[in-house]
Amino acid sequence: MNIVDATATSIRSDIAAGRLSAADACRAALARIDAVRGALNAFNLVDADRALGRAEEIDRRRASREPLGPLAGVPIALKDNMNVRGMKTTASSRILEDFVPPFDATAVRRLEAAGAVIVAKTNCDEFAMGSSNENSAFGPVRNPWALDRIPGGSSGGSAAAVAARCVPLALGSDTGGSIRQPAACCGVVGLKPSYGRVSRYGLLAFASSLDQIGPFARTVADAALALSALAGADPCDATTARQAVPDFTAALTGSVKGVRIGVPRAFVTEGVDDQVRRAYQGALDTLRENGAALIDIELPHAKYAVPVYYLVCTAEASSNLARYDGVKYGYRSPRAKDSLKEMYSRTRDEGFGPEVKRRIMLGTYVLSAGYYDAFYLKALQVRTLLRRDYDEAFERVDVVAMPTMPTPPFKLGEKASDPLQMYLGDIFTVSANLAGLPGISVPCGFSTDGLPIGFQLMGRMFDEATMLRVADAYERSTEWHRRSPTL
Amino acid sequence: MPTTLTIADVERIAALAQLELTEEEKHLFTKQLADILHYAEQVQAIDTSGVPPTDHVNSDQRTEREDEPRPSLSTDDAIANAPDGAPDAGLFRVPRVIGG
Repeated sequence: MNIVDATATSIRSDIAAGRLSAADACRAALARIDAVRGALNAFNLVDADRALGRAEEIDRRRASREPLGPLAGVPIALKDNMNVRGMKTTASSRILEDFVPPFDATAVRRLEAAGAVIVAKTNCDEFAMGSSNENSAFGPVRNPWALDRIPGGSSGGSAAAVAARCVPLALGSDTGGSIRQPAACCGVVGLKPSYGRVSRYGLLAFASSLDQIGPFARTVADAALALSALAGADPCDATTARQAVPDFTAALTGSVKGVRIGVPRAFVTEGVDDQVRRAYQGALDTLRENGAALIDIELPHAKYAVPVYYLVCTAEASSNLARYDGVKYGYRSPRAKDSLKEMYSRTRDEGFGPEVKRRIMLGTYVLSAGYYDAFYLKALQVRTLLRRDYDEAFERVDVVAMPTMPTPPFKLGEKASDPLQMYLGDIFTVSANLAGLPGISVPCGFSTDGLPIGFQLMGRMFDEATMLRVADAYERSTEWHRRSPTL
Repeated sequence: MPTTLTIADVERIAALAQLELTEEEKHLFTKQLADILHYAEQVQAIDTSGVPPTDHVNSDQRTEREDEPRPSLSTDDAIANAPDGAPDAGLFRVPRVIGG
């Protein structure tokens, strides 16, 4: 098999067994990136020298029989909103175009400690704000399955990189679906862990009560392998949980016998494309045929998840992005030399793109005097009601299943002029972030014109293991994840 | 009460957010923000009496530690990315704040 088609699991075992060198795996990834880079625009930065140096170090360790980590020699790409010391982090924004971070993100440190080889930083929506990757200052990423379609967002470059066989694993961040939705658009697996499972130290903050780092992969087993390496408490991120981290790979038994799957039928209705509905129903049928029980559940407040999400995330973003002021790092407007206030406001107007400004404005509005109670506080209260809906559902079921996205990936530009229409497409993904729950998108079909469709499983808080077991069992009885785009 | 926005409202919010918007942006945002806020008003009809707000899902977790000095970024590293740093003085330089 071609190296670029191999999973992380098999690359690691081939390297450990001496059948493959980490340097060859790295060179194969770099060559593939080079071949598709122009067509996809999925990469903001490729650091071949650093990557090859790290890969040769893995080969040296193997030659001298030193222990190898669980991701030894696996090429990996990172969304360009997490820090690698000495490598630019831009968040696909003009305001950080030349920012070179002085420290590693904890997720990066853990991956490298496990032996992973970082080859590239991937394009994304500016500051992870978007559902189509059209908000990047460096131009949109294109979907490897159809170059005129969105790859999803905001982690579109990471999803496209895995789908196009550039790397077997990539990291994204998910604030309202930014891992799961692009995974569905690109026909790959995308995992958002429970809130607090993976440290965000070194991740550029968008909405701190929602942001979570997670992996993209072509199989559930690879996503589980990556999560085992990433997860765990971190003294540098006070929001990380102290829960024990299980061996997620060991949880993949292949069986769903007796697993209770919650199906929110009343919620999965309006605005869902017929082909998505059929693929979702097909996935439920497969799980039932494998011995799972389908149980109808009600999520009465799920229909409010989009307005609640956009009130909460913009409020937090308006605060988090106040740090970009042209003083400590990043861009400063050359037009403002006379006053500090003018320097701030011109720098921010020139440095931020339209969607980021729109969200800062919305967040500033909902936090301002006279509107705080009616919008922001109200949203936080409805967030509690939504969490209670899930708490009640999880008394009766082990996982919840729903589509990841209401439609197949749409055309670039199709929704770009109507932000509200774009936001409505996040209906199935934002709940997991508001409630803190883990979620995973798994390929479950293709539209008649060959576009990938995914469905989503959500688990109990800190029970990624059960969710991954169901996702893996589904994947084992289907072939959708084996298809690859022709590029 | 439906949310209405005027250009003056948008200018007031932009000032709070330290954003100098162009005239075109002000007009665009006046309409787009009003549309989004109008849509978000649906949450106001939900009965939330006695419901506590969720600002954070793991907020019961205590993460206090002793307040002790630890190694951190050097001044040089902290200033290295500044658009107008003064490494010799160990300072960030900004336009004049008072006087003239």
